[in-house]
Amino acid sequence: MIDQLTDFVSWFFVTGDPLIYGADVAIALTMAAIVFVLTYFRKWGWLWREWLTTVDHKRVGIMYIIAALLMLFRGGVDALMMRTQLAFPDMKFLSPEHYNEVFTTHGVIMILFMAMPLMFGLFNIAVPLQLGARDVAFPFLNSLSFWLFFFGAMLFNTSFVIGGSANAGWLSYPPLSELTGSPGVGEDFYIWGVQISGIGSLMTGINFIVTIVKMRAPGMTWSRVPIFTWSVLSSCIAIIVAFPVLTVTLALLFLDRFLGAHFFTMDGGGNAMMYVNLIWMWGHPEVYIVVLPAFGIFSEVVAAFSRKRLFGYGSMVFAMMSISLMAYFTWLHHFFTMGSGANVNLFFAISTMIIAIPTGVKIFNWLFTMFRGRISFKTPMLWTIAFIPCFVVGGMTGVMLSVAPADFQFHNSYFLIAHFHQVLIGGVAFGYFAGLYYWWPKMFGFKLNETIGKWAFWIWNIGFYVCFMPQYIVGLDGMTRRINSYGWDTGWWALNFTSTIGGFLMGIGFLFQVWQIAHSIKFMEKDTTGDPWGARTLEWSIPSPAPLYNFATTPLVTDRDDWWEEKERIAAGKMPKAKPELEPIHMPKNSPIPFIQSVCWFTVGFGLVFHWLWMAIPGFIGIALTMLAHSFNYDTDYYIPVDEIKRTEARAGRVV
Amino acid sequence: MRNSKLMRLLATTGVLASTGMLASGCKSMIVFDPKGPIGLQQRDLINITMLLCLIILVPVLIITAWIVWRFRDKKNNDAPYQPIWSHSTKLEIIWWSIPIAVILVLAIVTARYTYATDPAKPLVSDKKAITIQVTSLDWKWLFQYPEQGVATVNYLVIPERTPVRFELTSDGPMNSFWVPQLGGMIYTMSGMATTLYLQADEPGNYMGTGANFTGREFAKMGFTAKAVPQKDFEQWVAEAKASGNELSEEGYQTLAKPGTSDRMTFASIPSGLFERIVHHYSMSRGAPPGYTQKAQTLSGEKAIEHSEGGQLPPGNNAQKDSPDVGSFGSGHSYHKLDHMHMNHGK
Repeated sequence: MIDQLTDFVSWFFVTGDPLIYGADVAIALTMAAIVFVLTYFRKWGWLWREWLTTVDHKRVGIMYIIAALLMLFRGGVDALMMRTQLAFPDMKFLSPEHYNEVFTTHGVIMILFMAMPLMFGLFNIAVPLQLGARDVAFPFLNSLSFWLFFFGAMLFNTSFVIGGSANAGWLSYPPLSELTGSPGVGEDFYIWGVQISGIGSLMTGINFIVTIVKMRAPGMTWSRVPIFTWSVLSSCIAIIVAFPVLTVTLALLFLDRFLGAHFFTMDGGGNAMMYVNLIWMWGHPEVYIVVLPAFGIFSEVVAAFSRKRLFGYGSMVFAMMSISLMAYFTWLHHFFTMGSGANVNLFFAISTMIIAIPTGVKIFNWLFTMFRGRISFKTPMLWTIAFIPCFVVGGMTGVMLSVAPADFQFHNSYFLIAHFHQVLIGGVAFGYFAGLYYWWPKMFGFKLNETIGKWAFWIWNIGFYVCFMPQYIVGLDGMTRRINSYGWDTGWWALNFTSTIGGFLMGIGFLFQVWQIAHSIKFMEKDTTGDPWGARTLEWSIPSPAPLYNFATTPLVTDRDDWWEEKERIAAGKMPKAKPELEPIHMPKNSPIPFIQSVCWFTVGFGLVFHWLWMAIPGFIGIALTMLAHSFNYDTDYYIPVDEIKRTEARAGRVV
Repeated sequence: MRNSKLMRLLATTGVLASTGMLASGCKSMIVFDPKGPIGLQQRDLINITMLLCLIILVPVLIITAWIVWRFRDKKNNDAPYQPIWSHSTKLEIIWWSIPIAVILVLAIVTARYTYATDPAKPLVSDKKAITIQVTSLDWKWLFQYPEQGVATVNYLVIPERTPVRFELTSDGPMNSFWVPQLGGMIYTMSGMATTLYLQADEPGNYMGTGANFTGREFAKMGFTAKAVPQKDFEQWVAEAKASGNELSEEGYQTLAKPGTSDRMTFASIPSGLFERIVHHYSMSRGAPPGYTQKAQTLSGEKAIEHSEGGQLPPGNNAQKDSPDVGSFGSGHSYHKLDHMHMNHGK
């Protein structure tokens, strides 16, 4: 009996690695601390009522952002472990298996569980406010999306202490990811973690498209929609086309592994290259999905901090929309070296290059927004300015990679690694940081400390170049990605060592950001104006943090930068726009169902990973029951009375 | 102001360190030191694309720096301020057409080179091309010389100034065959054979590597491509033939099992081995011995084969195995499985 139990435990939990034991202890202590604090301060009820069951888009957004920052830490630690292993030739820091798990986890987490939720967090914070709306189109669905992402991410994260992590790379190419190549449960954790959160992403895409199409304030014609909201629309259109492909691809891989199907195995007539095609049909649009909203953020920030209208609004919108369309004609450039022949390679080479055109146009538009403006160097603007040279260089190496015959020399080398980190960090991470700093006062009612923020900015940036510039060179010197060690005879160590230093500098930059947040919470610079940056769009016309109902009265939009124009009118001594009478506000009620249903999804995923149908089937039943329960729930909304609105506005210093 | 001083110090150190590294790294970049016609053309193409990109990159960086400095928010900045100015058809036409023009030129260049350096296109030479059949295994490279009847593991000997026709496949996960100084890489995939023509213009030892991730010992899949004069090549073939180390069917089965390998030379190869790898061996190989947990989902035969091995725990130890555990057994013959393979790649 005892023996059986020990056997089970040593099979169920990952054993034998001191780093993992350390993580086990850290996880246990953190959990204990959270439970203790919540119990001691009697916060369980508060947590449940105010956060876990909330459908308020602002709170959902904040939860997305917290989860994303935790994942940024997790993925960053993985990155530093890899850089430590590669700092010297023949390092013995990580075993090959462990190294493979670490880079797989790093990739999956950074793209799917860091970039995506941070992006959704910013969508949630900013889009309804920019539209002058009270919430997103489907608040319940929004909450469900978040919890699906969260439990998908948790499922994926459990794998490194329970069962073992995926180790076939972040896109899990078969046959390596099939049972023959990865017999453990790691790939199943990957499939279900990504699958569950992917369903959430798809629903978010639908939700925001409907929100933008249907919930714009009166007067907000398409030519008056704020540019960030346009970028969200273009990104969401790409989401709803790309994510079903991911869902199907992973479902097929799951059938291969679980039921012995042969979609991607050569025996039985499958083909692994089918998977590679499918996964990149999602994977390449995915990078545009995450970068388009960053373009939107840069556009907002550059206009606000140059105190000037955005240059070339029409061009910008056209460029973003065409990028989200062209994203679907580029997937094959990820495997030019497959031997598909000159005609195919040429087609995808040119269709890839073409994307550089709208992207280049956007750079010029940003530059000319600053041109004849007045640029103030607040942290959001610093990240935006740093983005331009970084992305231009990254874009240039991207164009180099798109030249098919030259790509034969770059592909799968560190040149490629350097390129995509440059566009993803320089474009996506810098953009989301800019957005986070920019909208922070709107979320929490206080500004982040500028001095520490500037330190973080400089350390991150210097760290970035020290880390990734050597990787271009070492790639051209023949170092391939994903190797866990190399010999002294290769002559790569100096470059790798430099790169490691840069990686750790970025880590320090991250710590500065953590310090910045902690410091700012303690010594708040309260934002009493609601408009700390002198910005241009509707979200800055309401108090900070935004009240539950966002807008006391629905704004009437008459211009593109409506709030800026209003300020100009007031400054010119004209009357501000007349506001309609207060009326009771119709709001959605909180619901526990998204949380409960997502727990059920987690149960299903966990059960299927271990082939435990006794666990998966009740999970499925739970999902069905929660769906039914929600279908028959007619008590989903309520009205905020006028008195309460008046009290809230008065507290925020507003006269209504 | 202490802060800004420290920042400046940090920045300077960073810049100095990276320029140092750039300078020391540039000398040795092997992609820029090609030793064959394909590598040479690819280097030229890389230079052209870099130049084309720099035409845009350098002015943009200069303009950015100038704009940021010129229009900074500072008292007494006399630069014009036009908060409403946000559209100019003339300007927008200019910056739509610049990238279009550059991409147009680049597309034409790309088209030319794509056809010129197509990996499957025979190289022009007065010498007859030799054929080498490449198989990526878990985790080693098998090179067969069908015309010479010899084979090697983890090293390659080729005659200089002679086109080499590589036929590539994989018996295991897909990999990528890359000898940077001779030319770019091409994937090896099970169930199909890809073609890659390369040629070395001078004798030398060139680094070769597997570029697509294949699992645990992926980093050990480096090999050397040794280009020698024709005479030396013939002598090497003769020595290989005289070595007496034959590659049998069983020997191949053992070799194909997961594990790393030293360099090996074989005096003979079973006839038609490469074709059989492409057509028959592409199925479900690479399962570590002793693993049965889900083997029945693969095929009945797989399950029987491994049934005595017991269950391995998932996780870090899941792939613990070594190349010399037992023998694969002759029961695993390919003809038994023929009926299952209706639908292979080409």
